[in-house]
Formats: sequence, C-alpha cells, structure tokens
Amino acid sequence: MTVTDVLVCALGAVSLGAAIRVVTTNQIVRAGLWLVVALGALAGVYLVLTAELLAWVQVLIYVGAVVVLMLFAVMLTRAPIGRSDDLDRPRLPAILVGGGAGLGLAAVLADAYRWSYIGLSGVEPGNAEALGREVFTGWALPFEVLSVLLLAALVGAIAISRPEVGERREES
Amino acid sequence: MSLDMFGHDPWWLILIKILVVFVFLIVSTILVIWFERRVVGRMQHRPGPNRHGPFGLLQSVADALKLALKEDIMPTLADKAVYFIAPIISAMCAITAWAVIPFGPEVSIFGHKTALQITDLPVAVLVVLACSGLGVYGIVLGGWASGSTYPLLGALRSAAQVISYEVALGLSIVAVFMLSGTMSTSGIVASQAENPAVNIFGLEFNVPGWYAILLFPSFVIFVISMVGETNRAPFDLPEAESELVGGFHTEYSSLKFAMFFLAEYINMFTVSAMCTTLFLGGWRAPWPISIWGAANTGFWPLLWFMGKLVLLMFFFVWLRGTMPRLRYDQFMRLGWKVLIPLNLVWILVVAGIRVSSEQEAGTAKTLIIGGVILLAVGVIFFYPRRKQYQAPAVADLGVGGFPVPPLDLKVPPSPRTKKIAASREATGVSASTTTEEEG
Repeated sequence: MTVTDVLVCALGAVSLGAAIRVVTTNQIVRAGLWLVVALGALAGVYLVLTAELLAWVQVLIYVGAVVVLMLFAVMLTRAPIGRSDDLDRPRLPAILVGGGAGLGLAAVLADAYRWSYIGLSGVEPGNAEALGREVFTGWALPFEVLSVLLLAALVGAIAISRPEVGERREES
Repeated sequence: MSLDMFGHDPWWLILIKILVVFVFLIVSTILVIWFERRVVGRMQHRPGPNRHGPFGLLQSVADALKLALKEDIMPTLADKAVYFIAPIISAMCAITAWAVIPFGPEVSIFGHKTALQITDLPVAVLVVLACSGLGVYGIVLGGWASGSTYPLLGALRSAAQVISYEVALGLSIVAVFMLSGTMSTSGIVASQAENPAVNIFGLEFNVPGWYAILLFPSFVIFVISMVGETNRAPFDLPEAESELVGGFHTEYSSLKFAMFFLAEYINMFTVSAMCTTLFLGGWRAPWPISIWGAANTGFWPLLWFMGKLVLLMFFFVWLRGTMPRLRYDQFMRLGWKVLIPLNLVWILVVAGIRVSSEQEAGTAKTLIIGGVILLAVGVIFFYPRRKQYQAPAVADLGVGGFPVPPLDLKVPPSPRTKKIAASREATGVSASTTTEEEG
C-alpha cells in the first residue's frame, strides 16, 4: 500500500461514513453539514488522484454553493435546533432501494475495473488545460446536451415559481 | 516566474513564511480598524479615536483586550456544537486563502532562494474562491445556531448574497484567465508585466499590461462584487444594524465575536489582495516607479503591494462613509440582472477578440461583425421599458421652502393589494348573490 492508497481509502471511508450520517441523523441542518463533510472528502479523493481543478471546483460549487443553497431553503421554511421527530420515513423500502442501487453500481464498477491498474506517475495531472481539451474535443456533445438540460431545468423552475404565468393562461 | 519555484523550501522557511503572514494579518486587522475609524471620522467631521497612544493607534489594541476579557455567553436555545464551530470556520477559511497570495518576487532569505509567497498551485485563484465560498458557512451556521430570529434572518441574507455575488466574482475573473492563460497567482502577476501589442485595423500599438486597463469592465464588476462578497457597506445587509440589531453575530460575545470580526477584516484584505494580483499588476511597481530598474527586485515589491492594498482598503472605507445601504431587492437585482449578464457578454467579447487576433486575415471583418452583434445586444439590454419620469410643471416648494409631504397625502395601493382587494370583492359579491337566491 502506498501513501496514495491509504489516503484514498481513508477519505473514502470518511465520505461513506458522513453519507450514512446524512440519512440517519434526526437533525435536519446537521444532515446538511454531514453532506458537506461527505462532499469535502470526495474533493480530497480527487486531490489525491492529482485532479486539482476538479477537486477545487467540487469544493467551490458543491460545498460552497449547492449545499449552502440547500441549507438556505431549509432555513427559509423551518430549521429547528435539535431533534425533529417527524423526520420518520418508511425505512425498509428506502433501505432496499438505496442499498440495491449502491450495491449494483459498486458491483458494475468493480467488475469493469477488476484487475486493471493505472500508475499515478504515468497519468497527466488533471489541470485546466487537460480537462478543457477533453471536454471540448472528445466530450463536446455530452457537454452541450448537459448544458441544454440545465437550461431547460432553469426555465422550468422559473415557470413553476411564477404563478401569474399560469393564471393568465386560465383567463385567456 | 514559474511554478517550479515552489515546493523546494526547507521546512523552517515554510514555517517562517506562514508565521509572518499570520502575524501580518492579525496586526494589519488591528491597524485597519484604527484606520477605518479615523478615516470615517474625518469624513464625518469628527476626530475619531485619538486618546490611546499616538494618534489613537492603541485604541484597537485596548478594544481587543477588552473583548477577550468579556463574558462568553452561550444562548440557552443554541445548537452548542455548531455555535462553537461557526466562528472557527469563518476565521480559518479567511486565513487559509492567504496561502496563495503573492507578496513579491524571488528573494534570498538566509541564503535560500525563495519566492515571497507561501505556495502556488496551477489553480490557485480557485483556492481563494473556494475559501471564500466555505467562509459563508461560518456566517450561515453562526446565525442559525444562535437560536434567535435576527441572527437567522442575517444568516439567510448572507447565504443568498454571497452565492449571488460569488457568481459575478467568478465570472469577472474568467476574462483574466483567458488573457493570461493561467490560474496560478504568480503566473497572472508575471503576465501583467509585459505590454502586449494590439493590432486594430492595421494599427499596431502597445497597451499597458495591467488587466484593470485591458479588461476594464471585468475590473469594475470585480470591485462591485468584492464589496458584496465581504458583506461590507453599502452591501452589509447580513448585519444591517438598523434592521437586524447585529445580524448573524447578534448573540455572539467575547472571543467568538472577535473571530467573526477578524474574519470580516481578513476577508477584506483577501479580496483587496486578489484585486491587486488579478487586475493591478500584483507586487509590480506602478508605472512612474517601474522606470527605476531595481523597483521589481528584492524586498521592494512588498512596499508596492502594501501600497495598493492600503489604497483598496481606503476605497472600502470611503464607500462605507459615502453610500447608503441598498434595499435587499435592489441589491439582488443589481447582482443577477446587471452584473452577471454584462459579465457574460463581456466574456464573449474577449473571446471574440482573442480568436480574431489569432487569425491572420479578416481581423477587421470579425471586429465589424462582432460590433454589430454587440450593438444589437446593447439595444435589447437597454431598451427602455419604463415610463420616463416627467417633472411636474409647477415646482413643489413645500411649506416655507422646506420639502415636507402634503397633509392630504394619499398613497396609491400597490398592484398586488389591488388584485387581492378585487378577488375579495368578487367572492363577496358571489356569496351575496347566492344568499339572495336562497331567500
């Protein structure tokens, strides 16, 4: 085991543990904070694997913006300090669906990369130049499709949150 | 200058650098609080603190000691752990960002050649942005964990504000990345040293290398959004003292409060240092001084860097002394509807100019096509939708020359109230008709 292996395993364990706490904790804001820990540990994994740009973008966007927005939404509606007992949910179906999906994905990944080994020394570091070249040459179409998807989601969110658009349609 | 310079320092040199930067941040926080109070005092025709020490310099030291000796209050309703961690997150993120700020060129310290910068990364600017993005957790969690209404409102405002203005801030830096071709802070400083040649309509001339001049719109947007990002007046809505008592830190006292205070001032230094590095040539000497050959060698650049930093801090204080606080919706409108679209258009323009300058032929053609598109965008963007204000024919002189509201002032109802009233009347009418039919 090299230092890289140990770090990846440790960060992965932190990420997994924090992710489990996200769904088991009874305090809704604390769940958001555990999500921060999970995503941060994932950024650490990227950093260990020399994908610097990806790691910092992960911190910047997921930790710095997405989870803050989620906390914002939670606090805007209700954010009790301490336990909330009404966070109960039917446990068994959730465990079945979540565990099944997780195990299935893990099995597929483990099967795909079973004995393949890529040395870190031979890999080009994931800096901005390399990532940009990949995205805008090999992955240009998926990239554009994703951006159209996001744009559609954005327009949809605006349309839903503006009640007068629907009202006008009813009148005419 | 290249990234190869970094990562070869002996451990004691790294330790010295970190210690010096840390002490610099703490001491300059104390000095800047004094500076701000004195300057704001001057602007308001009063002397400001002038009792303790020469020019009142020791006032902030006395305040800091007093703050440390105050009682540390833990509100009963607080979420204890989060309440405790929040100021630590705030201060830690603020200080971490300084790891990649370049203070000067390569110098020799105790026989070791080393750069005046703790470290640098190929994505160093993103690290600073990430630190300021994480710093918002301190404010949001501090406000929430206090278990009180005003802090919670301050936290909510802060979350919305920092996210909105971080988008504008990040986009304004994109143009700098495009011109300099690097994201490392030392690389960006180095790329502003040369005077690039620009070819427009066959005329070729050298332009100054500072991105504040080359990318003026980006610079303006960065300056506006850096004030929004640091929660300073006129954008200090998270702690608007006339509305929210003290905002997110209302319930905090003693050293925890001091940490929030420290974080706020260090964040101001951070964005000022970023502004200097990205747009104002970093530690390089400004034009008249740069004629002197030795201006950019040895420890001299520290002086230019500090000079630019102090000027920007003065700008912050000047804003605070001059501008009234924005209303919340105006502030959000400025961020989302003005700064971000302008920024996107400007990035397109910069990209277009770069592509056209890389092609040998047809530069003029691309410029004309681009100009026409820009004009169309400008017309769409600034198309007047509002009714123009018409000045009244007879000037209102008021009572005895003083502008006072008339005694029979009637405020017209807002469109929303009108709509609600109309719907109520409609239901009322329908209800009355049904009763008549029954009767």
